[in-house]
Amino acid sequence: MESVQRQNVMLPSPYRVHRVHRETEDTFTLELTGKDGAAPSEFIPGQFNMLYAFGIGEVPISISGRSESSGGWLQTIREVGTVTRALHRMKRGGVLGLRGPFGTGWPIEEAQGNDIVFMAGGIGLAPLRPALHVVQSKRDQFGEVVLLYGARTPESLLFEKERELWRAKFGVQVKVTVDAAGREWKRNVGVVTSLVERTSFDPDHTVAFICGPEVMMRFSVAELKQSGIPEDKIYISMERNMKCAVGFCGHCQFGPTFICKDGPVFRYDRIRRFLAVREI
Amino acid sequence: MTNEPRIIERNALNRLLEVLVQEGYQIVGPTLGEGAIVYGPVQSSEDFPAGWTDEQEGGVYRLKKRADKALFGYVVGPHSWKKYLHPPERRLWTGQANGTDFELTPEPIESTRFAFFGVRSCELHAIEIQDRVFIHDDHVDEDYKARRENAFVVVVQCGQAGKTCFCVSMNTGPKAESGYDLALTEILDEGRHFFHAVAGSPKGAAILQQVEARAATSSDNAEAEETVQKASQQMGRTLDTAGVKELLQENAEHPRWDLVADRCLSCANCTMVCPTCFCSTVEDTTDLTGDHTERWQKWDSCFTMDFSYLHGGSVRASTKSRYRQWLTHKLSSWIDQFGSSGCVGCGRCVTWCPVGIDLTEEVRSIREDKLVPLSSKKEASNGNA
Repeated sequence: MESVQRQNVMLPSPYRVHRVHRETEDTFTLELTGKDGAAPSEFIPGQFNMLYAFGIGEVPISISGRSESSGGWLQTIREVGTVTRALHRMKRGGVLGLRGPFGTGWPIEEAQGNDIVFMAGGIGLAPLRPALHVVQSKRDQFGEVVLLYGARTPESLLFEKERELWRAKFGVQVKVTVDAAGREWKRNVGVVTSLVERTSFDPDHTVAFICGPEVMMRFSVAELKQSGIPEDKIYISMERNMKCAVGFCGHCQFGPTFICKDGPVFRYDRIRRFLAVREI
Repeated sequence: MTNEPRIIERNALNRLLEVLVQEGYQIVGPTLGEGAIVYGPVQSSEDFPAGWTDEQEGGVYRLKKRADKALFGYVVGPHSWKKYLHPPERRLWTGQANGTDFELTPEPIESTRFAFFGVRSCELHAIEIQDRVFIHDDHVDEDYKARRENAFVVVVQCGQAGKTCFCVSMNTGPKAESGYDLALTEILDEGRHFFHAVAGSPKGAAILQQVEARAATSSDNAEAEETVQKASQQMGRTLDTAGVKELLQENAEHPRWDLVADRCLSCANCTMVCPTCFCSTVEDTTDLTGDHTERWQKWDSCFTMDFSYLHGGSVRASTKSRYRQWLTHKLSSWIDQFGSSGCVGCGRCVTWCPVGIDLTEEVRSIREDKLVPLSSKKEASNGNA
């Protein structure tokens, strides 16, 4: 596998859609195995793959976990354009192209022995989920674990069963909020940053992982800093247009970094100055 | 000793081309075409632009007749060697559907062995800069690597510089010191017309050995040195590179970016003619049956809106942000990314800009405005606060 990639990093390899999980109206999860059903390679939570819909095109999608039953990679995708629409039409047994995994991951080892705060906005929960799985598998090695999750509406909230499991069985402080909801919604309405003060963690011994829209991440960082978490303990996952994922195409540049290989996960203090510049 | 400089007379130059062809190289070099001196296939030395030169200024390029019959008596044209190493369009693979399955077949790696004839020092540095992107970084572009390893580089040292040249500032010329197979210096002097030739590699030495030539005398050597010295005195532009990495990073909000954006047409000419710009996009073309598809890699430019498109819109929607991205990448973040500037001072972006935007002037303005803040420019102090 790796030698094939080395020979032609731009050539997708075939993967089989083992299952399709419908998440919400516009969001779905593909469970991907090798064409022969074999479980794909190791990955670091936070890394992404380039998924190719035959004849349509290729998009970067973060790995959202590994299936316990098939061992396949999970890729949670929101339909926002031509390629993701084509991926949404994929059926069980279908074949798609894949290159990856690429990029940096969440430094979970750094959080061991400490508290962890996860902050997610919308589909941003997907790249964080495999990190939560790691925490779940060795829960006793972490202190307080907090998940703050915001979405547009109650209908667009992802992974409800798992969030409930993390809360009830793994002692994770799970707080959810939405931007707008009907009367039947009895929980929080408002921005995700408003949840920070309602949780307990030790800011001197906390690592924070944030993934969501850029504006949400900026405000989340500000809120976490306010609560006392130092900048070098905060990690965020960035997104930019991407064509190659291997540093050739130049599209994903963000200041001096390439999101594809220097990111997508960055330590906040290392990219702070670029986040402050509009249209960089 | 084959590494000693040799003298090839003008009328023996064709022998060098013949030897290159015999050794299996396809020679590409300067030719007259498209109203400019452009790189294309070369059969004999008659294809070189004998007696022509180029006049360049910001937004200006004109061919002019020379008084002599110099073959390489010009500066540089709009083309660069990247069109052979990193082609404007390249098919990456083809795909064939087969029911719900499909098969992808990678494009064979290019096997043509090019001899680049007439490479300038700035261009050689540009090639080395692209090597760092495609060969020496985390991933290897195998097609680029094959083309590069197969290439034979014949430098022709600059005997003159243009009004948009600033290789001396960028420390990339005008004399090519290494990294070539052969380096020629064209000398026309009192009715004599010959080439001073130095081999820079065993490959180059082996080729040179097969060409009728005599040993260079010390006065030949001195004359060759003088030729390139003359070019170094003629630089039409300068760029002060001291601290330019920090200068541009720290002045992302400088008002100068607004001024240049008022003139910039966002046409992408500068990125197309730049010998180091490497950005590309991919395009999938699928036939009507939907069963056969091809993926092509094409040069792309950070001056287009599509370049930074992310669901919902472009990250760099303003011309200001796109020009800033280009210049800051070229002169500043390139250093963070690849350990050297992305600019070689060839001046193409200045010459081929339809409105004559001059990056040396842009950098100077930012630098001077920073050093001597004008009281009338209140935005400047706000922007830098």
